[in-house]
Amino acid sequence: MSNDILMKGNEALAEAALAAGCRFYSGYPITPQTEILEYMSWRMDEVGGTFIQAESELSGINMVMGAAAAGARALTTSSGPGFSLKQEGISYLAASELPAVIVDVMRIGSGLGDIAVGQGDFWQLTRGGGHGDYRTLVLAPASVQENADLICEAFDLAEKYRHPVLVASDAAIGQMIEPVRLPEPRKHDVDRYDWTMKGCQKGDEPRKFQNRYYTDPGYEGFLRNKYAQMEAEEQRFELVEVEDAELILVAYGISSRVCYEAVEIGRERGMKIGLLRPITLYPFPLKAFEKTKTAKAFLTVEMNILGQMVDDVRLACRDSVPVQHFGSIFSIPDTDDILTEAEKILERQAKQS
Amino acid sequence: MCAFSISERMVIAMRKTAVLVDTARCKGCYYCISACPVDAISLSGCTNAQGYETVIVDAGKCVGCGSCYRVCPDYVFELVETAR
Amino acid sequence: MILRAPETVSFTTSGFCPGCGHGLAVRLIAEVMEEMALSEKLLAVLDVACGSLAIDAWKFDTVMAAHGRPLPVAVGIKKTRPDHPVMAYIGDGAAYSIGMAEMMHCGIRNDNIVAVVINNNVYGMTGGQCAPTTLPGQKTTSTPYGKDPDISGMPFQVEAAFSGFKVGYLARGGLFDVPTINRSKMLLRTAFEKHMAGDGFCLVELLSPCPTNLHLLPVATMERIRTEVTVYFPLGEFQNNTREGK
Repeated sequence: MSNDILMKGNEALAEAALAAGCRFYSGYPITPQTEILEYMSWRMDEVGGTFIQAESELSGINMVMGAAAAGARALTTSSGPGFSLKQEGISYLAASELPAVIVDVMRIGSGLGDIAVGQGDFWQLTRGGGHGDYRTLVLAPASVQENADLICEAFDLAEKYRHPVLVASDAAIGQMIEPVRLPEPRKHDVDRYDWTMKGCQKGDEPRKFQNRYYTDPGYEGFLRNKYAQMEAEEQRFELVEVEDAELILVAYGISSRVCYEAVEIGRERGMKIGLLRPITLYPFPLKAFEKTKTAKAFLTVEMNILGQMVDDVRLACRDSVPVQHFGSIFSIPDTDDILTEAEKILERQAKQS
Repeated sequence: MCAFSISERMVIAMRKTAVLVDTARCKGCYYCISACPVDAISLSGCTNAQGYETVIVDAGKCVGCGSCYRVCPDYVFELVETAR
Repeated sequence: MILRAPETVSFTTSGFCPGCGHGLAVRLIAEVMEEMALSEKLLAVLDVACGSLAIDAWKFDTVMAAHGRPLPVAVGIKKTRPDHPVMAYIGDGAAYSIGMAEMMHCGIRNDNIVAVVINNNVYGMTGGQCAPTTLPGQKTTSTPYGKDPDISGMPFQVEAAFSGFKVGYLARGGLFDVPTINRSKMLLRTAFEKHMAGDGFCLVELLSPCPTNLHLLPVATMERIRTEVTVYFPLGEFQNNTREGK
């Protein structure tokens, strides 16, 4: 399947995961990611892997832990409250140094929330949603193509760091249909790494999957180095017309797609406006901010109420300029509304200088 | 009596089966004393490096049934066939 | 006759308390693995607390899972390494309290894994709190006046819970004297044989002495199991099925 075909975001993610060699999937129905579960329920069988509709998201993440320990490329997907149920398991994956990929197709709201588009999980995704000293790499696709590309990268990154990796899309990216070029299928060997469970041979030491600090006196340094490496090597971002921008929009996922249009129309109107699109939410792309020196203000465009990304932007620009939040609640942001807000900010900046 | 035994194995050779007792492993639960059908096991009066009072097997009474091995959670006992 | 603990467990002393049943269960598993020539293939999953000490007490590749989650972890392992014996070794709190949903669904799906449940009627590592298997009237640190069934329910019997559907194997053994220890080994052997034959969910519960948290001398703890615990938890084989068309 190497030509462009039209696919739904959720299904492209599933197909691409299989192309990356994923042969273990556990899931549970929850909107807006149920298509991934349904797609895997027939497609995984065709490629000879394991599909399990687990009895809960909690059980599902633990099945993934077992499959990962045994050497499989293992995937589970969820949203909202289901994603919350997985946090203990993700913490355990991080502590036990197991690679796995977890997808959060975000919806909106705490509690049950709503099944509509949302980007309400930014804090949970980027700060380590479970207990303890850990965070995970977070990749944020903004198109069906990126859904397919980033799920493959996620498996590679998970194995590079022996760490769980999150892929965070949203209901729009999951449901939209766009042309996509799927990756070439490749095989994954469960025996690829010696550290995977395969039975302790006589005379050998058994492989133990537990908190690393039980056995590693250098754990503190190890952990710091791991995250330092992630932060140095894995920042991914896209910059659009930031070279002379006075106001820079910061957005990911479907919000960033709207911001492309906002930048284009804004420029036509003579506004010096640009877009900084994080592709990794952790590590937050600090390097991108080296290219935003002309900015007099940042505006995060997010589908949540509390402006969850504002803190990271403030840290990245060291509070050198105001950082505001444009919240679109229960709907995809509207270009005109973004530009109205942008004009206000630019006027304010002009008056002050 | 002895104050401290450091990982000694007392070989009690009798009949066809010998009971080897690794007293260093003993944690003083005394399931063996209770399980022995011929009352061949008793307290030794010695303490091992872990701090537990260990047991001793009376070779004259031992019949080599292996009950001590079966009930011991710490694998103190080993039954071997003696060379003939 | 030669009786020696297998090297997979005799290579070290353990962290279990004096008189703890874990030492016995661990040895029986090692013996069964040795006899079935599966020592180099067993993949094990542990829970937290006392049972987790086994990770340093045996030479089997082991995952220490979250509390109550070893069963789905074992399912994930077995699906990835189908020709290996895969065992979840858990306490009664893990199996019948926090992990109850996972255990029931392993039974409903008849997942092909071995579950060994060490039932000591309390939460041991945390200091002896009430468990779903605590006996009526039993005093624990969270039922200081004695467990009241009106508040906490009667002791949970897994054979009753599974009576509505078929699983590969369901049995209960004891670890409180030579005959019960020997029979428990046979139950474990049967469980692993049926597991390797693909018969489905094979659960063996073992009534285990916990002198530390029952505040009894070890021998008295064993006697208590014989006279009191078996009244609520009868020994025996409750289910033995093969999987059709496997």
